[in-house]
Amino acid sequence: MHATSSKKSPLVWAVHISVVLLVALWMFPTVGLFVSSFRTADQIANTGWWNSLFTQERQRPAIRISGDEKQEGAEFVIDGRLFRADNVVISKWGTSSREPKAYEPGDVADLGEGVSLTVAADGAFRLSAPQSFGDGRLPRVFTTAEAPPEFTFDNYRFVLFDPNNREGMANAFFNTLTVTIPATIIPIVIAAFAAYALAWMRFPGRSLLIAAIVGLLVVPLQLALIPLLKLHNDIGIGKGYLGVWLAHTGFGLPLAIYLLRNYMVGLPRDIIENARVDGATDFQIFVKIILPLSFPALASFAIFQFLWTWNDLLVALVFLIDSTGETTVMTKQIVELLGTRGGNWEILATSAFVSIAVPLVVFFAMQKYLVRGLLSGSVK
Amino acid sequence: MHPALQGLITIIVGVGGCVGYFYFSNQFLDKVLFPATGKNAGHNINRANQVRPWLFLFPALFALGLYLAYPVVATLWLSLTDRKAGGAFVGFANYRQMFGEPKFWEAVQNNMLWLIVVPAFSTGFGLLAAQLTDRIKWGNIAKSLIFMPMAISFVGAAVIWKLVYDTRPVDQDQIGVLNAVWLLFDGGPASFLLLKLLPALILVMFAASMAWVIYQVVRPWIRPEKGHRKTGWWAVPLRAVLAIVAAWLIWLSLGSLVSLFSARLPYGAPQTWLTIPFWNSFFLMAVLVWIQTGFAMVILSAAIRGIPEETIEAAVIDGANPFQIFFKIKVPQIMGTIVVVWTTITIVVLKVFDIVFAMTNGQWQTQVLANYMYDKLFRANDWGVGSASAMVIMLLVTPILVWNVYNARKESR
Repeated sequence: MHATSSKKSPLVWAVHISVVLLVALWMFPTVGLFVSSFRTADQIANTGWWNSLFTQERQRPAIRISGDEKQEGAEFVIDGRLFRADNVVISKWGTSSREPKAYEPGDVADLGEGVSLTVAADGAFRLSAPQSFGDGRLPRVFTTAEAPPEFTFDNYRFVLFDPNNREGMANAFFNTLTVTIPATIIPIVIAAFAAYALAWMRFPGRSLLIAAIVGLLVVPLQLALIPLLKLHNDIGIGKGYLGVWLAHTGFGLPLAIYLLRNYMVGLPRDIIENARVDGATDFQIFVKIILPLSFPALASFAIFQFLWTWNDLLVALVFLIDSTGETTVMTKQIVELLGTRGGNWEILATSAFVSIAVPLVVFFAMQKYLVRGLLSGSVK
Repeated sequence: MHPALQGLITIIVGVGGCVGYFYFSNQFLDKVLFPATGKNAGHNINRANQVRPWLFLFPALFALGLYLAYPVVATLWLSLTDRKAGGAFVGFANYRQMFGEPKFWEAVQNNMLWLIVVPAFSTGFGLLAAQLTDRIKWGNIAKSLIFMPMAISFVGAAVIWKLVYDTRPVDQDQIGVLNAVWLLFDGGPASFLLLKLLPALILVMFAASMAWVIYQVVRPWIRPEKGHRKTGWWAVPLRAVLAIVAAWLIWLSLGSLVSLFSARLPYGAPQTWLTIPFWNSFFLMAVLVWIQTGFAMVILSAAIRGIPEETIEAAVIDGANPFQIFFKIKVPQIMGTIVVVWTTITIVVLKVFDIVFAMTNGQWQTQVLANYMYDKLFRANDWGVGSASAMVIMLLVTPILVWNVYNARKESR
C-alpha cells in the first residue's frame, strides 16, 4: 500500500479536508441557483440564498410614523399600524438607524421631552406626548421581522405552466427537444458506417482520411456559419429545424467517426475474420456483429452529442431562430431573459434550472459512458 | 405541421434513409453492378470490395466536406470579398479594416489572456483534484460532483455565475456571494494577508515557474548534452518563441506585483464585478475554468491510475515524500496527457462565445474573438470583416490541428 494511505497521518486528513473544500467550492454556485429557484422574489431580493435555510431576522426599511393626533386626557396620542399586511411579526424595533434593534415588541421607548413610543409585535404603535406634535417631524421606526425558511413551487408553475406567461419555457423546452433528438440519432447512423469502413476495410487513402478527420475535429464551427447559412438560403431550407439538424449532424460527425473508429479497431479480429470466412457480407458483419458490440462507444457519443446540442446557443441562433421567434430554444430564451428580466432572479434561476435539469439527469445516469468517451476521444 | 411530428418524421426519414441507402447500395453493388456469378465472378468480387468502402463512407464524407471542409475555403474567399460591392474581390481590405479597429485588438488581447489563464487553471485544478481524490474512498463521488458542470450549458453557467457576481446597493444585504465575501474584508491585517500577500505569493510562484520554463527551454543551447537525440529544425524557433512568451509573462507578473501593492482596494463598497475593466475578463474566465476543470480531472485521473505502481513503490522505498512522488514521479509520467488536456481546453477557449455573449456581450472591454465575429456577422452584417475574424480564429487553431494530425499519423504507423 501507499505510504500516504496506510497510516492516518495529518496529511490524510489534509487531503480529505481539501477535497471537501474543493467539492463545496465547485457545488456552491449551482446549489445557489437551485435554492434560489424555490424562493420568492421578495426573499431573493432581500437575503442571500445561503441564509434561506435559517429563520431570517430581516431588517425592514424605516417607516416614518404618520397619522392623526387625538387627545386622551392630558396626552396627545397618535396610534395606528406600521404595516398594511397582517402576517408580519416583528421581533425587535428601534427609532434610530444606529440602534435598529433597541427594543422588544411592547417596550416603551422614551424619546425625550416626555414623548414615548411603543410598538407591538404585529406593528400596532402608539405615540404619546404631553404636548401637541404640531407640524414637527414624527419619529421613524426601524423594525426587524423574523421570517421562517419558506420555499415555493410557484416559480416553476409560472415558468412552465402559466399560459399567460409569454416568456415561459414550455415552448422553448419542446423546441430544444425537437432539435436535440434527430440531431443526436442521425450522425450516429452515418458515422457508424464510416467508422466501420475506416476500421475494418482496406482501401487506398484510408490513413489519409483518418488524418483528415482528426484535423476536422478541431476546425472551429465559427467558420461554417456564413457559408452554410448562404447555402441553406440558396437551396431553400432557410432558417428552420431542417437546417439546424443538418448543421448539428455535420458538426458532430468528426467526433462521432473518431470515437467509433477508435472503438471498433479494438474489437477482436477473430470474430470478424470468422464471419468473413463463413460468407457474411460486410453489411451483415456490420449490422449483426459490429453494431451490437460497439454499444458502449455509441452510447458515449450519443451523450456527447445530446449534451452539446441541448446546450448549444450559436448553431441555433444562426440556423434555427428566425425573426418570429417561434422556434426559440431554451438557451436563447435565457439570454433574452438576462436582458429583459436581469433583476428578476426567481424567473431567471427557475428558467435556467429548467434547462439544466435534463442534462444533469442524463449526466448522472450515464456518467460511465461519458467518461469512457472522453478518455477514448482525447487520450491518444 | 407540429415541430414534434416533423422531428419524428425526420428521425424516421433520416435513419431509414441512411439504413436504406447502405442496404440498397450494397445490394446494387453485389447483384447488379458486379454480380458474383458468371465467368467474371472472382474478378467482380474483388472490384465490388474495392468500391464498397466508398459506399460506406460516402454520406459521412459528403456531410464532412459540405459542412466543415467547404466552409473553410468559402470563409477564406468571403474574407477577401466585399458583400456590399456584390461580392467583388477586394484583396486584404477587410483585414486592413479589421486591424484598424480598437475593438478587434481588445478581443485579441482578451483572447490571449483567456488562452493563458483558462487552460492553466483548469489543468492545474484538474490535476489537483485528480491527485487528491485518487486514493480516498469517496473519491468517485467527489469526482462526479466536480465533473458535473460539464453537463451545464455555457448559458446556464452564465446565469449561475451572474448570481454569484450580483451587486446590491451598500445599504442592503448582498445576494451575490462574491460581494457578501468582499464586504467581510475591512482593510485589516486579515485583508492584507489574503488580498495582498497571498496573491503576491502566487504571482512570485508563477514568475518562478516561468523562469524554470525558460531555463528548461534554453538549456540545450547553454549546455549541449552529449548523445542527446537530434531534434528537427523546427525545435529552434519553437524554443525561442516559448522562451520569449515565458519572459513576457514574467515581466507581466512582476508588473502586476507592483500594481498589487500600490493599489488601494475599495473596502466596504460592493463592487459591480463585471464592469471593472481588465479584471472583469477574469470573472468570465472563472466560469469556463469551473466547467473545464472536471474534464481535465477525469482525463488526468485516468492517467494517474495508469502510472505503473512499481515506479511509485520504488520512490517510497527510496524515502521520497508525497510531494516529491507527485512532482518528480507522477507528473513527468503523465506529461503527455497534460499536454493533450491543455490543447483540448485551448481549443474550447478559442471558440468560447456563449459565456461572453450572455454575461457582458463584449461590453466593458470583455470582447473576445468569437463574439466579435458574431457581432460583425449578424449585428453589423459585415460578412467580409466577420469572415476575416473567423479566419484569425482558424489561424490560431491551426498549430494544434497540425500537431494533432502529426501525432495521429505517428501512432497509426
